[in-house]
Amino acid sequence: MSEHLANSSAGISFIVNGEKRTVAAHGMKRLLDVLREDLHLTGTKEGCGEGECGSCSVRMNGELVNSCLVPVLQAEGATIETVEGLGRAEALHPIQKAFLECGGAQCGICTPGMLMATAQLLAVNPHPTIGEIREGLAGNLCRCTGFKRIFDSVAAVVVEMDATAKTGGAHAG
Amino acid sequence: MRGNAEAHELIAPGSLTGVLELMARAPGEWMPIAGGTEIMVAHAAGRLREKKLVSLWGIGELRFIEVSGESIAIGAGATFRDLRMHDTVQSGASLLAKAATWIGSIANQSRATIGGNLVNGSPAADSSPALLVCDAEVELISMRGKRRIPYSSFHTGYKRNAMTPDELLYAVHVPLRFAQHRQYLRKVGTRRAMAISKVALAGTALLHGGVVSEIRLAAASLAPLPARLYRTEAVLHGRALGPLAIREAQEALMEEAKPIDDIRSTAAYRSRVAANLLGEFLNELLTAEARP
Ligand SMILES: Cc1cc2nc3c(=O)[nH]c(=O)nc-3n(C[C@H](O)[C@H](O)[C@H](O)COP(=O)(O)OP(=O)(O)OC[C@H]3O[C@@H](n4cnc5c(N)ncnc54)[C@H](O)[C@@H]3O)c2cc1C
Ligand code: FES
Ligand code: FES
Repeated sequence: MSEHLANSSAGISFIVNGEKRTVAAHGMKRLLDVLREDLHLTGTKEGCGEGECGSCSVRMNGELVNSCLVPVLQAEGATIETVEGLGRAEALHPIQKAFLECGGAQCGICTPGMLMATAQLLAVNPHPTIGEIREGLAGNLCRCTGFKRIFDSVAAVVVEMDATAKTGGAHAG
Repeated sequence: MRGNAEAHELIAPGSLTGVLELMARAPGEWMPIAGGTEIMVAHAAGRLREKKLVSLWGIGELRFIEVSGESIAIGAGATFRDLRMHDTVQSGASLLAKAATWIGSIANQSRATIGGNLVNGSPAADSSPALLVCDAEVELISMRGKRRIPYSSFHTGYKRNAMTPDELLYAVHVPLRFAQHRQYLRKVGTRRAMAISKVALAGTALLHGGVVSEIRLAAASLAPLPARLYRTEAVLHGRALGPLAIREAQEALMEEAKPIDDIRSTAAYRSRVAANLLGEFLNELLTAEARP
């Protein structure tokens, strides 16, 4: 039967941070586990494992999703961006810089998800109001910072990206 | 407890016909999975009993929003993010657009489909009241063909619906004429982005010279299934709206409401909150009528 071609443990391919990857994983395995275990991209974190905390947020086909609720078979053919694709230690993305500078990260468990939610927000809305920042990040819980520093960080990115745009500089990602 | 991936089979035929053929061959054996925001949560908790799953995600034939003269056709695979971003949904089905912003966080809305919300059939589902007060219809599909029924007859009991085991929900049709009605939708819950609604009330109404000529009311979490509040509507229908009518309608609602008394809040509290919301809606109507 043809549909079994798309069955559970056959190779599943998708693009992660610009690179084509193929994994031999069970189709019901969570995208979160495939990223961390099969692809060793451990930046994406597990908090609640049930869609409530946003620590596992990644971008899939340009939309923010909680990777703990995505069976990997549904990522077949998708384009996925994780926090590893945002920047590297030597070349941080402006969003990462702002979180560092504004104290938007403490223990760091929520941070990759916060960064991806911020990246998503700014991709659709480069000039969010404080209300829009709050809504964009409402699915990402933080137990450490009390959120104010996180919202400040996002506001700082907006200012910084505008300044860079004016001086004609360009950012990766 | 964590569910075990190996205990389930998941396949993705990739087309609507592929899924329907599979379901026709073995009715009831395959559970459709769309955005997975219900199913994967159940799986995580070790509560997913179904062994065989068939994916609807990525099937373009189910993910559409089409505007045609008098109504909007919304594919079952449209996400709540698709809905809230759509111009005509915003203007012509504004209650649904508003409800869409409540279905969890942005990350959840990007996966949660309207089909999954309705078929899951929670009495607290947020899109249900908005659809009920706009006379929405649902379209079901199988290899045998398509059929359309009023959404108000889709839910038949607690988590039970009118679909046969070989059918999928195909589309939801929302008439645009309710954009001319006065509309109301409010939810009282604990945490805005997350909580499954404690109580929500939706209403549409048309008044002529202070008299209620049309009114539709529906609530979430006030009955074992999403349902219209027909008896409360009847108290108001054809009546001049005033303090007495409002009080009687609130009393009727408290009678009619049969909330399930679960841990989220007590039944009496929910009925009281819903009656207050009704009061707010009806007073808004009064104020709007008083304006020249
Ligand atoms: C953190 C979080 C917050 C949430 N908040 C809310 C909220 O505030 N309000 C609310 O209403 N819901 C909420 N939900 C629940 C959920 O997101 C919605 O019910 C969603 O719309 C389900 O859609 P889905 O595509 O993800 O469903 P799935 O999990 O894929 O499927 C759900 C059910 O529908 C069936 N199904 C799906 N599509 C079809 C189809 N086309 N034909 C036949 N059967 C089908 C499946 O077999 C299954 O039984 C929340 C969930 C999470 C995880
Ligand atoms: S781990 Fe995915 S939302 Fe919490
Ligand atoms: S920094 Fe610790 S959870 Fe947010």
